[in-house]
Amino acid sequence: MKPALKFIPWRFLVQAMSLDPGHHHVLHPAAPQAGNIEWLYWVIFGVLTAVFVLMIAGFTWAGAKTGVAASHPLPIMEDKEGDHRARWVVGLAMGVTVVTLFVILVISVVTGKRIHGPTSKNPVTIQVTARQWWWEITYPNPQADQTITTANEIHVPVGAPIVVLTNSKDVIHSFWAPSITGKRDLIPGYSSAFWFQVDQPGTYHGQCAEFCGLQHAHMGFSVVAEPVDQFQAWQQQQLKAAAEPSTSEAVRGRDVFLTHACLMCHTIRGTDAGSHVGPDLTHIAGRNMIAAETLPNTAGALAGWIVDPQRIKPGTRMSPNPLAPDDLQALIVYLRSLQ
Amino acid sequence: MPVAEPVIANDQDTGQSELARRLASTWRQPRGFWGWFCNTHHTDIGIRFIVTSFIFLLLGGVLAAMIRLQLVRPENSLMGPDLYNQVFTMHGSSMIFLFAVPMMFQGFGVYIVPLMCGARNIAFPRLNAFSYYLYVGGALVLWGGFLTNTGPDVGWFAYVPLSGPAYSPGHRADIWSQMITFTEVSALGVAICLATTILRHRAPGMTLNRMPMLLWEKLVISIAVIFAMPAVMIASGLLLLDRLIGTHFFNPAEGGDALLYQHLFWFFGHPEVYIIFLPGAAIVSTLVECFSRRRIFGYTPIVISVVATGFIGFSVWVHHMFATGLPQLSESFFTAASLMIVIPTGTQFFCWMATIWHGRLQLRLPMLWCFGFFFTFLIGGLSGVMLASVPVDLQVHDTYFVVAHFHYVLIGGALFPMFAGLYFWFPKIAGRMLNDRLGAWHFWLFFIGFNLTFFTLHFLGLRGMPRRVYTYGPDMHWQGLNVLASIGVVFMTAGFLVFLVNVLRSLRMGKIAGNNPWGDAGLEWAMSSPPPPYNFLHLPTVSSRDPLWEDPPDQPVVVGLRDDIRETLVTHSLDAEPQHKDEDPGPSIWPFLTALTVSAAFVGSIFTPWAVPVGAPPVIVTLIGWLWPRGQSPTPRPSGEQWSR
Repeated sequence: MKPALKFIPWRFLVQAMSLDPGHHHVLHPAAPQAGNIEWLYWVIFGVLTAVFVLMIAGFTWAGAKTGVAASHPLPIMEDKEGDHRARWVVGLAMGVTVVTLFVILVISVVTGKRIHGPTSKNPVTIQVTARQWWWEITYPNPQADQTITTANEIHVPVGAPIVVLTNSKDVIHSFWAPSITGKRDLIPGYSSAFWFQVDQPGTYHGQCAEFCGLQHAHMGFSVVAEPVDQFQAWQQQQLKAAAEPSTSEAVRGRDVFLTHACLMCHTIRGTDAGSHVGPDLTHIAGRNMIAAETLPNTAGALAGWIVDPQRIKPGTRMSPNPLAPDDLQALIVYLRSLQ
Repeated sequence: MPVAEPVIANDQDTGQSELARRLASTWRQPRGFWGWFCNTHHTDIGIRFIVTSFIFLLLGGVLAAMIRLQLVRPENSLMGPDLYNQVFTMHGSSMIFLFAVPMMFQGFGVYIVPLMCGARNIAFPRLNAFSYYLYVGGALVLWGGFLTNTGPDVGWFAYVPLSGPAYSPGHRADIWSQMITFTEVSALGVAICLATTILRHRAPGMTLNRMPMLLWEKLVISIAVIFAMPAVMIASGLLLLDRLIGTHFFNPAEGGDALLYQHLFWFFGHPEVYIIFLPGAAIVSTLVECFSRRRIFGYTPIVISVVATGFIGFSVWVHHMFATGLPQLSESFFTAASLMIVIPTGTQFFCWMATIWHGRLQLRLPMLWCFGFFFTFLIGGLSGVMLASVPVDLQVHDTYFVVAHFHYVLIGGALFPMFAGLYFWFPKIAGRMLNDRLGAWHFWLFFIGFNLTFFTLHFLGLRGMPRRVYTYGPDMHWQGLNVLASIGVVFMTAGFLVFLVNVLRSLRMGKIAGNNPWGDAGLEWAMSSPPPPYNFLHLPTVSSRDPLWEDPPDQPVVVGLRDDIRETLVTHSLDAEPQHKDEDPGPSIWPFLTALTVSAAFVGSIFTPWAVPVGAPPVIVTLIGWLWPRGQSPTPRPSGEQWSR
């Protein structure tokens, strides 16, 4: 390779151009709504690209055709023939513009209607409550003990419509999983509802899209779409109270949890911890990520997070917990047992 | 009223230099340190607006470079969220409120409009000077806050409840909302000055249908400012009340409404885009005509387009709020309105193209920047069509796709025309030409850097990167594109440095420009460069749209205005018939003192409601000083002549 070329960051370029950035892409839909929008995007994109090419060609031709004249040639004040021709061309161009815009309006409204309401009955209903800076997810049920509460990880059955009821506890947030559907703001004081549906099983990333303060960047969530039987199994698991600690270390971990600041904010159903300030931890070990998709759910990450969350998410509402090493160890063992 | 025979302007006339001397002494602006604060002449105030807002363009650019540097790698520790949020808020606020509007609307408008009108000064020159000082006050408040770690960190839009008392303790959000008050009062003041100048101080004969395009656009923008700015001042004012004295306009817990703020803000915010873009379009119209060496094609359609843009601009604001979950029918209405605004903008583009097509193009440096404008603004406008569609917008709203879009619109629609305008009018302002070769370097460096940075951002948005995130995880695969985008900043920075070198060099050793170096048609080229303090030896009259191209050499001038006091001519707002004479109030320290007392009251009300009762009396005192009757002017010297046509 020539020396000059070595300074070009090829690795970044290749990465930048790579076509498979995973399950987080407007143009990689996994759901009917995102699919419809992708179709609309490409149609409009095609039309506008044609417009762009024509306009640039027009300007280039106009500029090149007339050539660079000598300095300050006398201005043309009367050009009846040119004006006449231009009037026709500009008029025609305006007509084409109006028609094009009207077509875009119609396909946009039609697509809007298509993605607006669910296609079938009996949807799964989910309540999403946004907070600074995590998502509380509940699956409401008329029977209180059949209501599931979790955080940041939304399990849905594949192919079924999901109705999302939205709410915010503090500031405005916006719910957005690009491969699934467009975003919806969660505005305090406004309860609204929207729906989505995922057709391909998988885990899809989502993120808050409305600036919501210090940790707007670390307010992710994921949508886990799975076959109906797996989803129901997950539901049954979530409905159970927390697992009883089976080892002495886990028992000690539970004691640590219940005698330190943890229970001021968190719930573990089946214990005395019942506060709703922070995420429900009854089945924390079953989740893939912690801290709103900021860290993987591993023992090390969990320990780091508990001891000093401010280092990982500066400004987060969780305060540091300087625990003794063996207390921390026991607490991690306990939390890791909460499947 | 007796009307004398037309007098022919002729620089060889004996007695002209005597007249010039007398006018110069009458219209002389005070010098020295205090004189600087007393100056009320529009060219001086206009240059101050241009220079000051250019400084904030550079500062805003430094912040942008910091943002790009932070994002070159995932989990970058260069800036924490606290600083980063301040930086992007300061970047947006500086660029919009301290650069774009003060440069494109106030700067160019205050400098050029009276010259193009054929007037001796702007209408209400003291209000104009006051507006400048108030703008500087707002800028100092915002940047003073930032430099003392009290920079606003709630975004340039400061959505409630995040900016409300519960989630933004301290004074950061207050500084933002008072900066709004400062800069918007300033814009309102200038809007009144410009609209009045255009409607009442046009040269006799410059009927509405002979007005240069730039005057049309400034008129429409002035009116848009008068309607749009109050909305944001109400929004920021109510926010300040919520924060200062515990009202609950925007507090949902107490029956307030968080969405109301967004409606108020965007009712201003979208017309604001046109307030920034239309001056750019005005510059382009002027330059296309000049460098195509042809009368502009489609004067009437362009004027109608400009007026239509001004109107439709007020009915599209909800397209910033599609994701809030409004009913589908009302969203469709705003889609239609947003698409409709393409029609007048498209009309202007087609008319420019036709003018170039049927003209004899000279690809001089200002025109090169106009071609840069065509290219970039076209991309921004077309991606704007995508955003008007609700489903597409729901996907790309608040992502880097939108960041790319509006930088194409704002840099394309304001910065490229601004540089076109600076290269074009710099000879008039400074009397010397800017260097062509350096200018070409500047253009290509900036053009390449700009497109590298901002075209790349489209892809980041489609890949799901939201705006206003201070960092991102390595598993998101956003780094490559971010690095590409950041490389563009290097080119843009180099372009800016070349421009600064060019300006500093040309101020000292640039080619002497002469009156009309481009052979343009506007009245602003009829006097020496830079213009004398009285602008025109004799106020001109006009008998066509392109006075310096078309008017006969024996075009009459206005005589009969006194040269021992600052007399100005007031003409009819439609057909520019002379109506009466008015007296320019002349230099005064009071606008500056009033700006000081008003600033003190504004700044005080960041901290305490007592600033209102305590701050008001000094304001009243300075206003009394400002408005103190000047008494009768000295008796005019006996003269039979009044004015001539």
